[in-house]
Amino acid sequence: MHELSIVASLFEILEAKARENQATKIVGVRLRVGKLAGVVPEFLQTAFDSYKQDTIAAEARLEIEEVPLKMRCRKCAAEIEKEDFVLVCPSCGSTDLELLEGMELLLDKIDLEV
Amino acid sequence: MSKKELIVREEILGSNKKVAAEIREKLEAAGVLVVNLLSSPGSGKTTLLERIVETLHPTHPLAVIEGDIETERDADRIRRKGVPAWQITTGGACHLEAKMVGKLLPEIPAETKFLFIENVGNLVCPASYDLGENIRCVLLSAPEGDDKPKKYPKAFASADCLIFTKSDLIPYLPFDLEKAGNEALDLNPRLRIFVTSALKGRGIAELARYFIESRVNMIQHQRHA
Repeated sequence: MHELSIVASLFEILEAKARENQATKIVGVRLRVGKLAGVVPEFLQTAFDSYKQDTIAAEARLEIEEVPLKMRCRKCAAEIEKEDFVLVCPSCGSTDLELLEGMELLLDKIDLEV
Repeated sequence: MSKKELIVREEILGSNKKVAAEIREKLEAAGVLVVNLLSSPGSGKTTLLERIVETLHPTHPLAVIEGDIETERDADRIRRKGVPAWQITTGGACHLEAKMVGKLLPEIPAETKFLFIENVGNLVCPASYDLGENIRCVLLSAPEGDDKPKKYPKAFASADCLIFTKSDLIPYLPFDLEKAGNEALDLNPRLRIFVTSALKGRGIAELARYFIESRVNMIQHQRHA
């Protein structure tokens, strides 16, 4: 349950970007959240909606794009997309897998009014 | 008024990572190995640390940062062993962040060789925050059950070392050490695993040796860098 502190870090970036671009308002925010980022999208949404009050993003809509786990087997080069986190290659059984996507917690895009 | 779409692609916790990288760089240069201990509450972090402190102190000077929601209790336990310790009380927050550790850096004595950070008891949130550690240890005590690695994958996947604690209780519990170890290795094949009992002293010397060797490797790696 650290979604509120993540949202606080997010707002530090949002406010800086709004200032840099001389925006009057932030109307939309899109995040990319990996399956293994350790956050619950619903909680993030709730935290965002309560944090945004009286900020430049008060009317902003939050869009969360969930990113599934994507791995590549270092042995047979197979690419694997999975819902759960079991790191054994289904093609060759190797455990030497490289995590390509699914850990990210990214601010992808902001929609501004300038 | 016009609309503007701004592509950012920035890590939300990027500022924490940046501070953590600064801490790691600074302490590595000073020859301090940083260890971050994370686990659920009551799994034995402080008691294990007391045994580690007794093993390393005073030959290998160390310092300890304790993270808790409230109270100075854990830092007091470490201070009683004659080792400098600082308590961070988060007042409700479920994890430590790099900037909380960064604030304490000026207070760490110059002779320090090891800095142990005991995170807030929680097997979920601390896994997302790099504190500038060189080694992340996740603890799993026998009473918690052998099914935890896959239930809390991020903690186990992001750790360097898994420490089983309270192993003296295993004979009395339906705890399958091999199953738990294999589950953790499935998630993270490079995990180093230690089996300890702070009460009986089991595995403490091996763990202390691992920290000492890791520090030697860190320093050698620096010379070659």
